[in-house]
Amino acid sequence: MKRRIYMDNHATTPLDPRVLEAMLPYFQEEFGNAASRNHEYGWEAEQAVDRSREIAADLIGGKAKEIIWLSGATESDNVAIKGIVEFYKDKGNHIITTSTEHKAILDTCKSLERKKLARVTYLPVDTQGRVDPSQVREAITDDTILISVMLANNEIGTIQPLAEIGKIAKEKGVFFHTDATQGFGKIPIDVNEMGIDLLSASAHKIYGPKGVGLLWVRSRGPRVRLTAQMDGGGHERGMRSGTLNVTGIVGFAKAIEIAKTEMVEENARILALRERLNDKILSDLDEVYLNGHPTERLAGNLNLSFAYIEGESMLMGLNGSASPDLAAIAVSSGSACTSATLEPSYVLKALGVGDELAHTSIRFGLGRFNTEEEVDYVADRVISEVKRLRELSPLYEMAKEGIDLKDYFAGASH
Amino acid sequence: MASYSDKVLDHYSNPRNVGSFEKNAENVGTGIVGAPECGDVMKLQLKISEQGVVEDAKFKTFGCGSAIASSSYVTELVKGKTVDEVEQIKNSIIVEELSLPPVKIHCSVLAEDAIKAAVKDWREHNGEKGDKGSAIA
Repeated sequence: MKRRIYMDNHATTPLDPRVLEAMLPYFQEEFGNAASRNHEYGWEAEQAVDRSREIAADLIGGKAKEIIWLSGATESDNVAIKGIVEFYKDKGNHIITTSTEHKAILDTCKSLERKKLARVTYLPVDTQGRVDPSQVREAITDDTILISVMLANNEIGTIQPLAEIGKIAKEKGVFFHTDATQGFGKIPIDVNEMGIDLLSASAHKIYGPKGVGLLWVRSRGPRVRLTAQMDGGGHERGMRSGTLNVTGIVGFAKAIEIAKTEMVEENARILALRERLNDKILSDLDEVYLNGHPTERLAGNLNLSFAYIEGESMLMGLNGSASPDLAAIAVSSGSACTSATLEPSYVLKALGVGDELAHTSIRFGLGRFNTEEEVDYVADRVISEVKRLRELSPLYEMAKEGIDLKDYFAGASH
Repeated sequence: MASYSDKVLDHYSNPRNVGSFEKNAENVGTGIVGAPECGDVMKLQLKISEQGVVEDAKFKTFGCGSAIASSSYVTELVKGKTVDEVEQIKNSIIVEELSLPPVKIHCSVLAEDAIKAAVKDWREHNGEKGDKGSAIA
């Protein structure tokens, strides 16, 4: 089989073999419905689910009964935001979030705005992707019912100052939700220290299975209420009806357990890989720019803009479609050509990265199963591909001739 | 982007006629079209004989694989044709040759624009020979 290297661990992660092993019995022997109250099959399943609840709650300093299982982070974000807006509609309708949130947050907010159910403030971020907590404070009005700020960004890996925002939220009596998808199981979270009231996470970003996620909802100090978005059998204390995905939940819990035990060691190892990749690339190429925060970022995230070459053409050179004899490398780009909308990354735009550099961005997502050897190989391929494409780039040639590209192309449009 | 045609992949891996001519030379027309903010910039240069025949062509492109392939293909397409003939080249022939999907048609349009811009440039700094086509937009 053709050699492949996976470096897109923000998109999803492979299942850890230990997770698979934990899940297997629940497909066939212990296949019961966790809601079956009258036989062993049901009891086993319920026990497994409740054990998993303990494990998940333990990771973030919450209580087991505060965990709601659902299908993933997108559903979790939807239930959190829509559930709050609906339940507290008499208290207010204002939401504060940031411009670099995942689409699961932004599109949920947009949908509520369209239906005139909420008013939303989208706070800007600085050039490294961080929101200023004092701007959160200033944005709060008497109508504000919810602040939603992500833990870590999926494109640039920037970690937000949640503890500071949580403190402000507590002071002002506003609920605080975080989409923790990218940071959950990778960086320490304590919902009490960070003043978080609702937290969304997904299994498949931490070497668990796809199709399972959680929403943690604070039950005391303050108690947070939600209006259910899925009606049915009243599962999950009525907050999310639907037969529980027992195998998925067991796998998620195993993934959490591993993440918790190995977090410190794993972060150090992945950070070293990232630095190795970054150093190798930068030692051989000029005009490569880091997107995001230099230190307050996920260990596995390296987002670089390679000036004068377009991201999709770079992916084509790396992903093996144009070079069947070479290893197929999986990375992502913020280039318009790789997005469904044909617009460059809105996250990079929010950072003030010009469209011309956003088109040249590549996201490397390092994870548990990447090796030093893979990093060295990818760095070499990136370097040779960038050099080749720059030889092909009129912009590189013009820049080397001393032409100011901004002046030259001023007035040119799409 | 998984569905690139073999011809796009071939032009991307082995681009034809990459490079530059002296842009101030009398027999060279240079077209630079697109913008970095849009993710596509093509530079097409045509070397045109006194008889108005394209003798050689070179390109450099910043853009996706389809943009690179479109401009690479155009350098092959124009060689040996007269200026009048190359001005008649429509993007549809590029779309057809490279089997470009709908989202990549703008790459072929840009390549067509690059040909027109290069001819226009050649006419401009080539006064008497070029004035027959001074109305080119």
